[in-house]
Amino acid sequence: MKWGVLVFPGSNDDQDALWALGEILGQDTVPLWHKEADLKGVDAVVVPGGFSYGDYLRCGAMARFSPVMASVGRFASDGGIVLGICNGFQILCEAGLLPGALVRNRSLTFVCQRVRVRVENDATALTQGCRKGEILEIPIKHGEGCYFADHETLREIESRSQVLFRYVDATGQTTPEANPNGALDSIAGVMNARGNVFGMMPHPEHAVDPAVGGCDGQKLFRSLIDFLERGVRPPRLATADGRV
Amino acid sequence: MMAKVYVTPKRGVLDPQGKAVANALHALGFAEVDDVRIGKYVEIRLGGSLDDASARVRDMCEKLLANQVIEDFRFEIGDGGAKPR
Repeated sequence: MKWGVLVFPGSNDDQDALWALGEILGQDTVPLWHKEADLKGVDAVVVPGGFSYGDYLRCGAMARFSPVMASVGRFASDGGIVLGICNGFQILCEAGLLPGALVRNRSLTFVCQRVRVRVENDATALTQGCRKGEILEIPIKHGEGCYFADHETLREIESRSQVLFRYVDATGQTTPEANPNGALDSIAGVMNARGNVFGMMPHPEHAVDPAVGGCDGQKLFRSLIDFLERGVRPPRLATADGRV
Repeated sequence: MMAKVYVTPKRGVLDPQGKAVANALHALGFAEVDDVRIGKYVEIRLGGSLDDASARVRDMCEKLLANQVIEDFRFEIGDGGAKPR
């Protein structure tokens, strides 16, 4: 499968994403410069971490107006797989492709650590290789990763099982101590209603090699690769009971 | 003319900066401080007609300057001098 990794001025995890997908997972990869509208026929898009446009105004606020993001919006509305990681998650929220927003960490400090996240929904393209309740260890590194959504949005995404991951402790429980940024209901990742756009604060591309701290990120990329290889596109809308 | 735009966190959105500043003010002896919310102030110098400016600035706020998931905005439009209209 062919993967495109967006590159904005200030992106800094684009090379790691390209390396994880290309060198570790054997995929075809292509960097996609923010000024180019051509997605070069990719099967999936990664919006990587970093500090696009210097995080000016708000994290992700400027990046969403770049030519490449207009193409990503069309790609997503056509059912294409899009994964936003960290700053990429912020960009997808700013672009309205994912519900909610990411705000300043409750601690006001930048956090850089390995965290545990619990898989909340294993019936998605991103998590089908995991079990519901499984705990993944993946690093985070961000200053503005505190997930927020208003009550109505939160009720909606919970009822549609759009919450993908929550920060948990070693026993799999959500606790204030295990929540590294103050995220609402310990939410670490969400998807859109259709189930083809994913956003997460933890960095799966930093968890693909046992030499540098574990392979749990591989499970997520392998899930997506498996999904893409089967050639099924997500349905245009969630079904009446909210399943995607 | 000049637009002065104020962007503030919505009620219910965690504002840890505001909390930290409130705590610091308490530590300095300003015990009367109940709450602090920190937002952004944006000055925009612009041309065009005053009649259109309000709708244009509102559009700017909705499209870029504020993220309405987490922020509210308000603005004033003046002649750019000392006295806003």
